[in-house]
Amino acid sequence: MSYKLLLSGLLLGSVVTTSLAQEGKKGDVFIRNAQVLTVTNGLKENTDVWVKDGLIHRIGTQLEAPKGVPVIDASGKYLMPGIIDAHSHVALESINEASSPITAEVKMEDVVDPFAIGIYRALAGGTTVSHAMHGSANAIGGQNVTLKHRYGTRNPGELVMKEAPRTIKFALGENPIRVHGRSKNLQPRSRMGVEAVIRNGFEEALQYKRTWETWKQASEETKKRLAPPVFSSRMETLVDILEGEIIIHCHSYRADEIYMLIQVCKEYGIDKIVFSHVNEGFKVAPELAAHTMGASVFSDWWAYKFEVYYSTAYNAAILTKNGVITSINSDSAELIRHLYHEAAKTQRYGGLTDEEALALITINPARQLGIDRWVGSIEEGKQADLVLFNQHPLSIYAIPEMTWVDGVNYFNRAKDAADQRLKVDPEEILEPMYLHVNHNNCMRDVDFYFTGFGRNLFQHSH
Amino acid sequence: MKKLLPLLLLLFVSFHLFSQIDGEVIKPYKGDFLLQHARIFTVSNGVLEDTDLLIQNGKIAAIGKNLPKENHLLIDCTGKRIYPGFIDSGTSLGLVEVNSLPETQDYMELGKVTPQMQALTAVNPNAVAIPVTRVSGVTTVLTQPRGGYFPGTAALIQLNGYTPDQMDAGFRGVLMNFPSAAKAGNYDNRSAETIKKEAKKALDEIDALWEKATSYQAIQDKGGSVAYYPEMAQLAKVVTGEIPLLVEVNAAGDILRAIEWVKDKAVDPVFTGVAEGWKVAEKLAASEIPVITGPVLSLPSRQSDSYDASYTNASKLQQAGVKVAIRSQDSENVRNLPFHAGFAAAYGMGTEEALKAITLHPAEIFQVDDKLGSLEVGKSATLFLADGDPFEPKTQIEQVFIDGYKIPMTNRHIRLYQEFLDREMKPEN
Repeated sequence: MSYKLLLSGLLLGSVVTTSLAQEGKKGDVFIRNAQVLTVTNGLKENTDVWVKDGLIHRIGTQLEAPKGVPVIDASGKYLMPGIIDAHSHVALESINEASSPITAEVKMEDVVDPFAIGIYRALAGGTTVSHAMHGSANAIGGQNVTLKHRYGTRNPGELVMKEAPRTIKFALGENPIRVHGRSKNLQPRSRMGVEAVIRNGFEEALQYKRTWETWKQASEETKKRLAPPVFSSRMETLVDILEGEIIIHCHSYRADEIYMLIQVCKEYGIDKIVFSHVNEGFKVAPELAAHTMGASVFSDWWAYKFEVYYSTAYNAAILTKNGVITSINSDSAELIRHLYHEAAKTQRYGGLTDEEALALITINPARQLGIDRWVGSIEEGKQADLVLFNQHPLSIYAIPEMTWVDGVNYFNRAKDAADQRLKVDPEEILEPMYLHVNHNNCMRDVDFYFTGFGRNLFQHSH
Repeated sequence: MKKLLPLLLLLFVSFHLFSQIDGEVIKPYKGDFLLQHARIFTVSNGVLEDTDLLIQNGKIAAIGKNLPKENHLLIDCTGKRIYPGFIDSGTSLGLVEVNSLPETQDYMELGKVTPQMQALTAVNPNAVAIPVTRVSGVTTVLTQPRGGYFPGTAALIQLNGYTPDQMDAGFRGVLMNFPSAAKAGNYDNRSAETIKKEAKKALDEIDALWEKATSYQAIQDKGGSVAYYPEMAQLAKVVTGEIPLLVEVNAAGDILRAIEWVKDKAVDPVFTGVAEGWKVAEKLAASEIPVITGPVLSLPSRQSDSYDASYTNASKLQQAGVKVAIRSQDSENVRNLPFHAGFAAAYGMGTEEALKAITLHPAEIFQVDDKLGSLEVGKSATLFLADGDPFEPKTQIEQVFIDGYKIPMTNRHIRLYQEFLDREMKPEN
């Protein structure tokens, strides 16, 4: 008995060790005398934060620094939780599987690129977690993956935040309509069709589920005679959505389409849904507050296409003041570098408090991704994803100086060398130059469908 | 009295009705305004504490302590700051309404050689983005066409007016895209040799055009008659220096070639873009060519660049001795210009120099510093009032004046906020 217990204990131990090894490095650090923006518990002045084994071990004043742990003097500087981007395409090799209005079976986890320089640049802007999403070509797109920016690994699996729940991309409005309706003459060709595609998908999934249940309940005799139903990973995924195992993150702009999907979700008993971009979310803020996990918005983007013409930069403020869980996301390899500045704009447009503005890029996106137990605030026991700023992060003069993920320092401005690429193409003679273009966005890989319309050749295409 | 009562009632009722009319319009209003007890950031003459500024006939009539009150509209500015209106040196504001809709894109004409195309012609004074922009303190922008060798003629505009002419701020510049020998992103699969060859060929074509324009001018100078040739008529003005040339150039190698090229052509140009200026800052400074750079909030141009290359570029150029102006290169979000300047300030430039880069320096580059760019008596009353540092996001821009017009501090974004902050007909549960 005791021998068996011992053995199982050893086995368990080895399993734990292996899984830790897969999750990547964990660090220790002692940050002394910082202005700590906890987000969930106010500003703690002149406070120490002791990180042990990748977790926030203690928060307090005049703590004694443990031996052998690197000490950072943060006097006069501001420490905040690592910034979380609820809508990103950084570190993805491809973004859109634009072959069908529903592609729920594809996984962004399969196309994570650990060499993407965008990961380092996001870290240099204090962003430690990003929600790497499928694009917006399809009404029901692929499954997203939540990444921790453990830059330096060559193993894509090490970037994945294993604790994060599954999420999936949905998309309403112009993009799925253009890609399928206009370019291929396939439903959806209008916002009516987008609703139909989603409803048909859900109904087909319910039928799929019933078919399998019927087959599973059949007698052994019947099973010998009849072949099992066809397995479909697409339908399996849709069933999981209906059963509440996957959080929907839906690309959306107009109030009518947002309202439509709220109604559809209510009807199918789905309450795990976050609306993304959601430029007209302010018009249905009370409905978003009542029925969803919130809205993830841009600070000020508008007018790059018709469905965002009637936007307002006050969106985040209106949503927040109506009780909607609100986050500010990037959808861009550029904006992900200064989400703290994007959050600060809500103080000009709507006068949000420091606490409200900081929540937009920390605890609120963490809630929307289902990872707020682990990250999104500075609390004992949470993962030590932290950023140190020279000034208050909502000031225009704020510069991120150091960034940690799981207590490991991945960015230090004082020691920053220019070229941070992990690999260089040996055949590259001329290094390409990029000018004022966002290469990582919702409509990448589907440019082909637009050439016929002469659209999106120069500007945003989110 | 009895006879008066119904009349009074009627007046009361009609007044009441009027007050119920939705969407009341506030127009820009011109008057004599005395701004009292402000902290005045003159840009050209330091910061003046507790000082008054008088606006009369669209101009700054006086700046001083305790200016006498006459029939002026008084605005108490205690605890507030006054700045000259910000100038964005590179936008397409007014030339496009909705970026993805070709029906609303008026920034590109057919052909590679269209220097005579006038941006001012296509500026829509009623573009929704104009009021969205100006309440941020950005009062003046260069709006410009794009595409080809010579995309057209850019115009400096004030963000108030009912016709393009009323918006005209008095500067025109012909744009040129300097042929690039850099590989254009990942999708550019030309060989290094082809890229070089094509850039050379393009520059040869531009040289040929230049020669043609020179001849066109020489023929006229010698009393000869020329056929109607609007492209050459406009380019000839560039050749003679009548209209300034704005050269868009970004890669370091291209910048060096462009410096040689303009020297050879003996023109006094302005360089725009200049994303990799930091690599050749000393040479740029020696050339004495002023630079309009930005967007500051943009990605570094190469994967191998330091993450902050675009944040520090303006500062490195300025510190090398280049005259720098900052642009947003935006259309609908030109309101972010102060934030572009703010990032440049944080990453080495300092607030004072960054402020010049969006006020006095562009005014000098565009040769309108007799009217714009600083707060001085006799200059245009194009300025704004703020409750703090206008680079800080939390600062509120409280009142904008453009050429003496008090600008309504509203726009569609603000009206939507007012309507939807506390919406009617909320859901029941």
